[in-house]
Amino acid sequence: MVNPERVAQAVYAGIREAACTLRADVLAAIRADWLDAKVADASSRQSEVLHAMVQNALIGDRDQVPICQDTGTVWVCLELGEACSVSGNVFSRVDFAVTRAYEDGKLRMSVVRDALFDRVNTNTNAPAFCEVRMVPGRGARLHVLLKGGGSDNASRVVMLSPDAGIEGVQRVVLDCVREKAANACPPLVIGVGVGSTFDKVAGMAKHALLRTVGSPAASDAAAAFEQRVLDAVNATGIGPAALGGAPTALAVHLETAPCHIASLPVAVNMGCCAMRSATIDLVTEEGYALEFPAAQTWEGDDTKVHRVIDQSHQAIEEATRRKERS
Amino acid sequence: MTGPIKLDLPATREDLATLKAGDSVHLSGPVYTMRDAGHARCLAYVEEHGQLPFDLAGQVLFYAGPTPPAAGRPIGAVGPTTASRMDFATPQLLRTGIIATIGKGKRSQAVIQACKETGSVYFAAVGGVAALLAECVVRSDMVAWDDLGTEALRRLEVRDFPVFVEIDVAGNDLYRSIQDASA
Repeated sequence: MVNPERVAQAVYAGIREAACTLRADVLAAIRADWLDAKVADASSRQSEVLHAMVQNALIGDRDQVPICQDTGTVWVCLELGEACSVSGNVFSRVDFAVTRAYEDGKLRMSVVRDALFDRVNTNTNAPAFCEVRMVPGRGARLHVLLKGGGSDNASRVVMLSPDAGIEGVQRVVLDCVREKAANACPPLVIGVGVGSTFDKVAGMAKHALLRTVGSPAASDAAAAFEQRVLDAVNATGIGPAALGGAPTALAVHLETAPCHIASLPVAVNMGCCAMRSATIDLVTEEGYALEFPAAQTWEGDDTKVHRVIDQSHQAIEEATRRKERS
Repeated sequence: MTGPIKLDLPATREDLATLKAGDSVHLSGPVYTMRDAGHARCLAYVEEHGQLPFDLAGQVLFYAGPTPPAAGRPIGAVGPTTASRMDFATPQLLRTGIIATIGKGKRSQAVIQACKETGSVYFAAVGGVAALLAECVVRSDMVAWDDLGTEALRRLEVRDFPVFVEIDVAGNDLYRSIQDASA
């Protein structure tokens, strides 16, 4: 049984960490591109823009200032292995954690009460947008994504005819980049979902953003597709901040799934240059529940919170060592 | 490329006429934050009174909703939001006295036309670097609409705030020229 309070604590810690500290994989990719641009022409616009992005990450982490003023809506995915369960009130505890994290972290409240009929700020940044996923294995894992409006607005779902094939999917991504990349704060991480159903495919594209930049694709075919689309996106010359040059995207991440014989659903979810997410293990594959010391939750000292994720990884290593010894 | 052009605000339209699409510019002086909800209110005021509220004539609008400041700082994180969402109001605001806007992303043909017609400029700021841009803000004061939270009208005093000329007074559009070059 996964304790809802621990889920809430992990959401809190994940938000505080992600808002001010750029994902290490995204920073490494931008930094590498900046060094390339600097060697080519240190006075170029792309070099200046990429340098600003690297500096921004350093300032955010050092001063605990949000790396983007749009601290987003909170998207939460709780992955539960076969042996895990959670009580039904978990997401009300998540909303509580969101409110605490946004108040304590001085993050921006960016949620309105109703999209159509009541566009008044909730002033809590709740509700979070949550899902539970059943996954193989014994572990439990939490993903938190702070999604900016600009990059989500630049995303889309298209239902293609199956004969459109790989070419058609690539065209959807490129059209989306040409029309919307300038609004989505490039260099982008582009999440692409293909398959499943109309409603599920967008979720696949969003999940694809969680994958580490530079990590291997699901298959050789997926890797070839990702490289081909990435090359085409970067050939547009839209560039960092859409001010020209390269790169326009750091990575294309593809997720595919089965689908109806008549369908080829495609979703593109844009991730921006300040893409913020955190993944926190709650229960290890070996079935060890990981604890957060109270000092790292909203009951404790705020200044220590942002290191909780590193400590989550240390706790996993410690649990693994314990298992090896026993 | 030479170093950035320094521009003190409030600027005159003569100052703006010297800028060309693609120029790197450092702004110093007051800018006013306004985004979706503020534009709806501002446009309603202009339509009713025929002029801008709060002495905004001659000023620069910055499409931004900052995070709350940490103790001892003038502002939290601040950066540009997508400009095209303000396109519904921008031509009329430029015609009633706003001289420049700061945001990110492409503008409509109507905004480009209004820049040309009124001698106004659209600056692009880099999105996703709000901790860095906040260091260029030396002071922030609430002007109005504090019920809108982050969307309130604020007067920011900026120093060497980095932007690029996106649309110049001749209607040249940097994004479109970049896009055309790649097509």
